[in-house]
Amino acid sequence: MRPFATLLDRLVLTPSRNGKLTLLVDYFRDTPDPDRGYGLAALAGALDLKSVKPAMLRELVMERMDEVLFRYSYDYVGDLAETISLVWEGASKEHVTEEPRLSDVVKRMNSLGRTEVRGAVRDLLDHLDPSGRFAFLKLATGSLRIGVSARLAKQALADMSGKDIIEIETLWHGLTPPYEPLFAWLEGKAEKPVLATPAIFHSVMLANPVEEGDLEKLDPQDYAAEWKWDGIRVQMSSYGGTKKLYSRSGDDITGAFPDVVDAINFEGVIDGELLVGGTKRTNAPTRTFSDLQQRLNRKTVTGKMMDEYPAFVRAYDLLFQGEADIRADGFLTRRNRLSEVIEKAPHDRFDLSDLVAFSDWAELDRLRIDPPDPVIEGVMIKRKDSPYQAGRLKGPWFKWKRDPYNIDAVMLYAQRGHGKRSSYYSDFTFGVWTIGEDGKDQLVPVGKAYFGFTDAELEVLDKFVRDNTIDRFGPVRAVKATPDFGFVLEVAFEGIARSTRHKSGVAMRFPRIARLRQDKLPRDADRLETLTAMIEAREGTG
Amino acid sequence: MGMKPEALLHPTPAGLFCPIGNFYVDPVRPVGRALITHGHSDHARAGHGSVLATRQTLDIMRIRYGDDFTGSEQAAEWGEEIVIDGVTVMFKPAGHVLGSAQILIEKDGLRIVVSGDYKRGIDPTCAPFEPIPCDVFITEATFGLPVFHHPDPKAEIGKLFTSLEQFPERSHLVGAYALGKAQRVIRLIRDNGYAEPIYIHGALARLCDYYQSQGIELGDIRPATIEKSKPAEFSGAVVVGPPSAFQDRWARRFNEPLIAFASGWMMVRQRAKQGGVELPLVVSDHCDWPELLATIEEIAPQEVWVTHGREEALVRWCELKGIPARPLHLVGYEDEGD
Repeated sequence: MRPFATLLDRLVLTPSRNGKLTLLVDYFRDTPDPDRGYGLAALAGALDLKSVKPAMLRELVMERMDEVLFRYSYDYVGDLAETISLVWEGASKEHVTEEPRLSDVVKRMNSLGRTEVRGAVRDLLDHLDPSGRFAFLKLATGSLRIGVSARLAKQALADMSGKDIIEIETLWHGLTPPYEPLFAWLEGKAEKPVLATPAIFHSVMLANPVEEGDLEKLDPQDYAAEWKWDGIRVQMSSYGGTKKLYSRSGDDITGAFPDVVDAINFEGVIDGELLVGGTKRTNAPTRTFSDLQQRLNRKTVTGKMMDEYPAFVRAYDLLFQGEADIRADGFLTRRNRLSEVIEKAPHDRFDLSDLVAFSDWAELDRLRIDPPDPVIEGVMIKRKDSPYQAGRLKGPWFKWKRDPYNIDAVMLYAQRGHGKRSSYYSDFTFGVWTIGEDGKDQLVPVGKAYFGFTDAELEVLDKFVRDNTIDRFGPVRAVKATPDFGFVLEVAFEGIARSTRHKSGVAMRFPRIARLRQDKLPRDADRLETLTAMIEAREGTG
Repeated sequence: MGMKPEALLHPTPAGLFCPIGNFYVDPVRPVGRALITHGHSDHARAGHGSVLATRQTLDIMRIRYGDDFTGSEQAAEWGEEIVIDGVTVMFKPAGHVLGSAQILIEKDGLRIVVSGDYKRGIDPTCAPFEPIPCDVFITEATFGLPVFHHPDPKAEIGKLFTSLEQFPERSHLVGAYALGKAQRVIRLIRDNGYAEPIYIHGALARLCDYYQSQGIELGDIRPATIEKSKPAEFSGAVVVGPPSAFQDRWARRFNEPLIAFASGWMMVRQRAKQGGVELPLVVSDHCDWPELLATIEEIAPQEVWVTHGREEALVRWCELKGIPARPLHLVGYEDEGD
């Protein structure tokens, strides 16, 4: 357990992607099978481990400890698994035989009967060190949050072996922990594993944003355009009765969308946008991203939820028709075949993404700025003859988003960043004006941004924070912000929605600092009503 | 014992006061006569009329505050009986930092020990803690919660070496308080066989020199000052400095610094995360929970008074054990120094 526990301890505190990759590569290289495979599964969210209820853990710790002392400890640490890992008085050092390995822990937990769990957990806690106990408890309570995606873990496998991550992604969903054939192949000790089921995830093709001067060089005749919908990109895979729905990164989200998956009546692999609302063939409107969010990040879903937030897929592309891999065909060819498949698919769950007719880039630009539906966030531009290639190649596909929203806000709080930014105040909370309870204007926080500025701008921001701090709360500094003195930031963001969690009642998507507005005074900054109006315009109620 | 312990020593806003001997122990405000347990700034302040402390604590105060840190000074030898207005006091090692002492205060057979800050683990940079039989044992409780189990410091320093192998290009900035922890960490690094130069922040220089003059070998230590043109000089180097400096502009001279922090607080992940620490090293100059309990059981005093830290948990434990205990609620002692 120790190598995995040490890895978790380091990953939690390592902010940089490269740092995480180094730690992961070293772990996969130095840890023997089958432990590393279970470690990989745990990181990628694919580990199946008998779960333990927090209530049982509390009971176990109370067997040996005064309740008041436990409460003091828990209040101080604030996390149950961590508190227990720290207060647990293990077996005395002389009695500790060999520390259990991660694979021992997984196999033992999964072989237990219902009545045996309590004793086994107690015994494991006795034989692990504090960091091993923490890792075990996090796995067993299913709350491993360490800032590592399945994608990053796979990237580490690619870095370790020199194989292409796309090959690993292609295999991934056909394999199960502890992935011994995968590691054997990665280390050149065996042939590439052969998959039993073809209903696996295939890496998706991604687009580059349109940048200054990109389009002038291209002939509009060579390209097709379609709307870019504000949902989440998904892949449907269906073979011989096995139907799967994957997120863009290859996470299996089948369980959360039975309404979509059960309606699949075709064989093959389709790329599309998962949305909530009605398809265009049912004449009901497509609903907003915040409605879709009600359905995301859930393992299961209730019937009520499916009634209130019905999901559907707007199809973009066809990768496999039946078992035929058509990814090498051109975009329009694939699209024609896709259109036949969708035509026969249930009308309330599937529709085809429309092509947008345009004759030149200026016309497309006008359409992009004023799209016919509020849930459209821009246009996609695809070369008509482009094959479907995984990854983000420059050239065949572009995304051209609607200009983001912009407001002028006032810096209220700043916090130091991480990694190479740890000596800079680089995370900024900003606010806008509203009428306070006392009837006077006051600034209310509306969001937080930590990128968008250049290094030179960061120097300016950091200096302002250091020179104008009026209060400190742990790592956070409050800065001076009055109508006549303060720092105005132009904040750009992708979307805005109502929020009950924020005092201001609004929540922004992807806010970033677009420009420093030292030319403006805080009194010139925007008001909360401006943000509310943006939401109403989006909802079509304003 | 005829006298009540409170008549011999009791808390006041300025600190623990002995009315019979007319002196304070570790006063937080300037007083006429102060007995000082050790040189950390929350215990040893400048501006007293006279200071009685160990030679090393006096030297450290002089280094930190200058020659006029006190009106007059007297050095206490280990185990020497010193009588102050009929009260006998004696200094014994506390094992916290160089020169750190417990102070035994005795009158008419009543014995009170002010242990100051102390630890029981092995530390080659200071004399080890000596238990003193007494009626009242006054203990700190900096890490007075059952969550604190300090691991073997050698294993913790091992994490630094693992990281140096994994990230050989990054400067490893090890945060450690200037008095005691910094020197102990450097010594731990040396005892691991590391012979490369260790770079130090300017705030550590005079104290490191002083430790070396007291026979504590720290090896090749160099100032972490560089020309702006060659940050590469610190690639893969070990740099030791006060943790506050790493959040300051000073840290920008290093290329992709990896922030480590040697402290007992690093036991709790959230503490490390909040501080932007990438590599926590649990190295403490205070007792952990089992050591606090073992010390009280070993000394077996009639009463336990708890000065600063997480008093309520230690008092609760004493109650469960049937040992009379009370918190003193002294103010002015921070969690600093670890």
